[in-house]
Amino acid sequence: MLRLVVRRLLQLIPTLLGLSVLLFLWLNRLPGGPASAILGERATEADVARINRALGLDQPVWVQYGRFLKRVVQLDLGTSTQTGQPVWDEFVLRFPATVELSVAAMLIAVAAGIPLGYLAARRRGGWLDVTAVSGSLIGICVPVFFLALLLKGVFAVGLGLFPSYGRLSTGLDATGVTGFAVLDGLLTGEFDATWDALVHLVLPAVTLASIPLAVIVRMTRASVLEVVGEDYVRTAESKGLEKRVVRVRHVLRNALLPVVTAVGLLTGSLLSGAVLTESVFSFGGIGSFIRTSIDARDYPVLVGFIMFIAMVYVLINLLVDLAYSLIDPRVRVH
Amino acid sequence: MTAGTNRTQAGKESDAGDGSKERGESQGSKGSQGAKGSQGSGGAAGTAGTAGAVATGRAAKIDRLAELTRRTGATVGNSLWKEAFRRLRSNRMAVIGAVVIALFVVVAVVGPWVTPYSPTAQTWRGEVLANQGKFVGARGENWFGLDHLGRDMFSRMLVGARQTLLVGVVSMLIGLLLGALIGTLSGAAVTLGGRAGRRIDTVVMRVIDILLSLPSLLLAVSIAAVMGQSLTTVMIAVGVVQIPVFARLLRGSMLAQGGADYVLAAKALGIRRKRIVLTQILPNSLSPVIVQATLSLATAIIEAAALSYLGLGNPDPAVPEWGVMLSQAQRFFDNAPMMAVYPAVGIIITALGFTLLGEAMREALDPKLRG
Amino acid sequence: MRMFRSRTTRAVTAAVAVGLIATGCASERGKDGDKGGAKDTFVFAGAGDPGSLDPALASDGETFRVTRQAFEALLEHEPGGTKLVGGLAEKWSSNPAGTVWTFNLRKNVTFHDGEKFNAAAVCANYDHWFNWKGTYQSSAVSYYWQAIMGGFAKNEDPEAPKANYKSCTAKDENTAVIEVDRPSANLPGGFSLQALAIHSPKALKEYEKQAASGKGDAITYPKYSQEAGTVAGTGPYKITKWNKGNKEVTLTRFDGYWGDKAKVKNLVFRTIDTEEGRRQALQAGDIDGYDLVSPADVKTLKGQGYQVPTRDVFNLLYLGMTQEKNPALKKPQVRQAIAYAMDRENIVKTQLPEGGKLATQFMPDTVAGWSDKVTKYSFDTDKAKQLLKAAGESSLKVEFCYPTEVTRPYMPAPQDIFELIKADLEKAGITVVPKPLKWSPDYLDATEAGACALHMLGWTGDFNDGYNFIGTWFAEYDKQWGFKDPAVFAAVTDASKQVDPAKRVASYKKANETIMAYLPGVPISSSPPAIAFGKNVNPPKVSPLTQENFAEVSFT
Repeated sequence: MLRLVVRRLLQLIPTLLGLSVLLFLWLNRLPGGPASAILGERATEADVARINRALGLDQPVWVQYGRFLKRVVQLDLGTSTQTGQPVWDEFVLRFPATVELSVAAMLIAVAAGIPLGYLAARRRGGWLDVTAVSGSLIGICVPVFFLALLLKGVFAVGLGLFPSYGRLSTGLDATGVTGFAVLDGLLTGEFDATWDALVHLVLPAVTLASIPLAVIVRMTRASVLEVVGEDYVRTAESKGLEKRVVRVRHVLRNALLPVVTAVGLLTGSLLSGAVLTESVFSFGGIGSFIRTSIDARDYPVLVGFIMFIAMVYVLINLLVDLAYSLIDPRVRVH
Repeated sequence: MTAGTNRTQAGKESDAGDGSKERGESQGSKGSQGAKGSQGSGGAAGTAGTAGAVATGRAAKIDRLAELTRRTGATVGNSLWKEAFRRLRSNRMAVIGAVVIALFVVVAVVGPWVTPYSPTAQTWRGEVLANQGKFVGARGENWFGLDHLGRDMFSRMLVGARQTLLVGVVSMLIGLLLGALIGTLSGAAVTLGGRAGRRIDTVVMRVIDILLSLPSLLLAVSIAAVMGQSLTTVMIAVGVVQIPVFARLLRGSMLAQGGADYVLAAKALGIRRKRIVLTQILPNSLSPVIVQATLSLATAIIEAAALSYLGLGNPDPAVPEWGVMLSQAQRFFDNAPMMAVYPAVGIIITALGFTLLGEAMREALDPKLRG
Repeated sequence: MRMFRSRTTRAVTAAVAVGLIATGCASERGKDGDKGGAKDTFVFAGAGDPGSLDPALASDGETFRVTRQAFEALLEHEPGGTKLVGGLAEKWSSNPAGTVWTFNLRKNVTFHDGEKFNAAAVCANYDHWFNWKGTYQSSAVSYYWQAIMGGFAKNEDPEAPKANYKSCTAKDENTAVIEVDRPSANLPGGFSLQALAIHSPKALKEYEKQAASGKGDAITYPKYSQEAGTVAGTGPYKITKWNKGNKEVTLTRFDGYWGDKAKVKNLVFRTIDTEEGRRQALQAGDIDGYDLVSPADVKTLKGQGYQVPTRDVFNLLYLGMTQEKNPALKKPQVRQAIAYAMDRENIVKTQLPEGGKLATQFMPDTVAGWSDKVTKYSFDTDKAKQLLKAAGESSLKVEFCYPTEVTRPYMPAPQDIFELIKADLEKAGITVVPKPLKWSPDYLDATEAGACALHMLGWTGDFNDGYNFIGTWFAEYDKQWGFKDPAVFAAVTDASKQVDPAKRVASYKKANETIMAYLPGVPISSSPPAIAFGKNVNPPKVSPLTQENFAEVSFT
């Protein structure tokens, strides 16, 4: 197991190197630069030239890449051209919000998706099945920005149940410890802060959950159908085991294995995919920051982010494999 | 991003249902169905190698879909499609999906000829005052009311269907053709090329895996930035994001076929390898690709809408396209909600139709899920 | 937090909280400021995060909106107007050449950190800016200093502008004298800029300690400008916290303020990225006001009982033409035809908020120097067709760029305005090739480099001087316009050299007439940027320069 971990981590190096070369070549092709993004309609040609020179953007791309590598070796991701702060600090500041949102969305998706998928499979072909499957599919088919608009219109403006944006209420002077608003409240005993953070999470998390929910419903359904047809389930049934025992111990447990994997991987993709949800709800996470970074041609942030996401992918993959071997005794990771 | 990215990723995730069994297998110890020895997916995950780790998850799911052909193809042969079609007809999801798609295609084809008014002329310009929240809803002469610049919404919806279908189909085809090309090359290289071939395959798949791990919005936006904004850009951006999916799918599918009995038989008969690949393996590997193509249509339509929301759509906003119409109408949602609802419903129903049919097709092709 | 003292209370609260979560019911609790009796926090939403807490390092409105509440400049504009009035200086005057500016400073003013405001403090600020080095000399950081005062004591970049600032002397405790080398149209207006607001000398010393982390290929903002604590001005509020993760800046009333003290204790600026998001937040009661209201929402919000006061116009939207990009535009008839083809009245009527005005020249009518004698080009499609025919351009084809993903105060719905103009031009027989570009940076880059034959751009004035408008565009050859016309350039530069205010205004009027006769582009409209407030708010006087003073805000 240790060997696997070490091997995977070593494999990370060529992957990231390859990625960074591709990125540099690609970003170099983008028209425009950070200068006009900073000055808006006030930028003159001379300003733009001077700013580009200050940022080293007038240098050939390999020189820029060389500088980048040198910095990375020193564990420095560079400075954001938008905020003038180290890229790493910006990530540390914003990542907790995104993690919190992704995890909350995933919890909602799992809590609703697995029972729905299971029921759909048990009543296969029936109306419940069709409703559950197509209902969850609608989640995928509604453009996220429109779903968010509707949810806010109904639950924030109409009913006034949830706040329409942000992570915490204003004036709530919560103490920051970890940057995770929910966790901070629990750690410092400021439970009203935790509550406030949870209330703020509901609408964005539901919006974001619409995608993994559909995937989980379908996956659970397919997986349950497959397991139900397996010999060992039939054996167990013919042995006269109680139906509920068969369902839980044989069917559900085995059917959930692939779902567990998917949950891990989906969480990974949510981390990089919450861009629009975050912008619409002004959630202050990494996703909306990336969106503005694209507009601002904030190269250091973009490069750093993609490398970072690639790393997260590898790590989540690794974790999933490890978790898998714990759940399924037949699989032993070498 | 975007909805687009999210959505696409979801599409990719979903397309191969439960992929993880293969993950287990490829890791070495065989799971329940291990005895069958799915060389295909094993090889796939194996070559994925370094970069593969980045995207193994999604990749494994694509491979899973690929592997389905082997099972079905080997056992049922050509009657598979007949059999699958029979099962499709009795599936409610499939029927609903097919009906929706048929309607959509009919509208898209005949729409522009039956519009009551010009969809681009600001005929009733003076009647709509967007700055004062004065809009015109459904009425006798304009069944769906007017948009924010005094154009007939009903005509715009009809014509928009064609644009939407065009974007969906073309971008899916871009992904399909390029992806299939890469996938076939890679798959053929493994089957034909010996050690060198496997090496080529490894490199190609590693690049594909890197592409899979990139947030697709970033890809799409940067393509748009380089190429300038146009409908072509949207199609290419949405299509390029699909390339790795199809490439992986076809390659995995071909590898799976490569281990099938009939291929072994053909080899034993002394048929040339190139011939085996082209006449036996490739045709038999196509069915999951068709399933994926159906699902991709839905993804492409939604992705295109998201790109429109980001302002990357058709350069001439007068030309109606549902995604553009929806993102434009959002601003007036309080005063004229129906302006957003029509295109939104159009997009949702259409995407749902393609997804339902695609899902049902996959199920019909998978013998394990036969009821 | 503070309310939970005992362990038992905490445990009970935890149990209750868990219970509430489990039942999934959302309580009415958790709305801003509702707790603790009277409302003492005013929350205002902007569209973007501020870039820095030091206004001298910024050039964007979102930053200035925040810092304006905490920092004051030597001169200010009258509340709700564009007239220059005394700020930290009660009176000011210049020598006839316009090179020596004397300021009589306000007495008994203290900074947030307890330092005393005097002439030495003023000079410390100007010298601090003048002696900036390294990163600070980048126009990304010190745009406004360079725009008003030119370069620095030692220009490190040979292409930086030449310094115009000469010296600042504290003549006595309350008299500061600032000298410049050459007279400039940017003075005295420039003294009112938020970027040149006065900081406490003690804070300046701290700034200098943290200075210059220019690491070769990065522009890094110093730490003091990124967290509250160091920066100190003289304004009615002091900046107490910047929570970047939560996208909010908190300001607290400064009790030692020299003028009318702020009425609400806490002032919070939050960022809500989208137009719909800000409107919904106001309607949901999460915020008390927001800026950049979509014109379509103005009437709706008013109907629902919200307050949407109208600002006076102080900006300009124009259709720019780049003659070098499309040679047909070099013909005066073609430019005139385009002007006649446009139904600009309709744009004002259907797109701009109430109070929007048709523009007849390249400055709004609120700027001194606006002329009522300019050549006017009123909507006339037939005339446009005739002119095109006369010019031999009946089948004119022209590329028209428009920006996406943006609204500007002068341009509330760029795409809709584009569509209207396009339809008009097509009616006159011009083929329009639409070219959408992302506002930042693609569109800005393209227009500035002269890559767009037709395009829409605009300007919000910094202070009331005609040069701030026409000088920006027509003082010399500019790629964006792509023409060289000595008469136009001379008219504009001559006007800026007039030191006497009355004479200057007269020559601006002349310049406007010259420009409109030449017609380098088509001025379209001036739009009053809408701002919205909650039902229970006594809003501040709204300012055409978008310089609202939130100390005036109170709750009813």
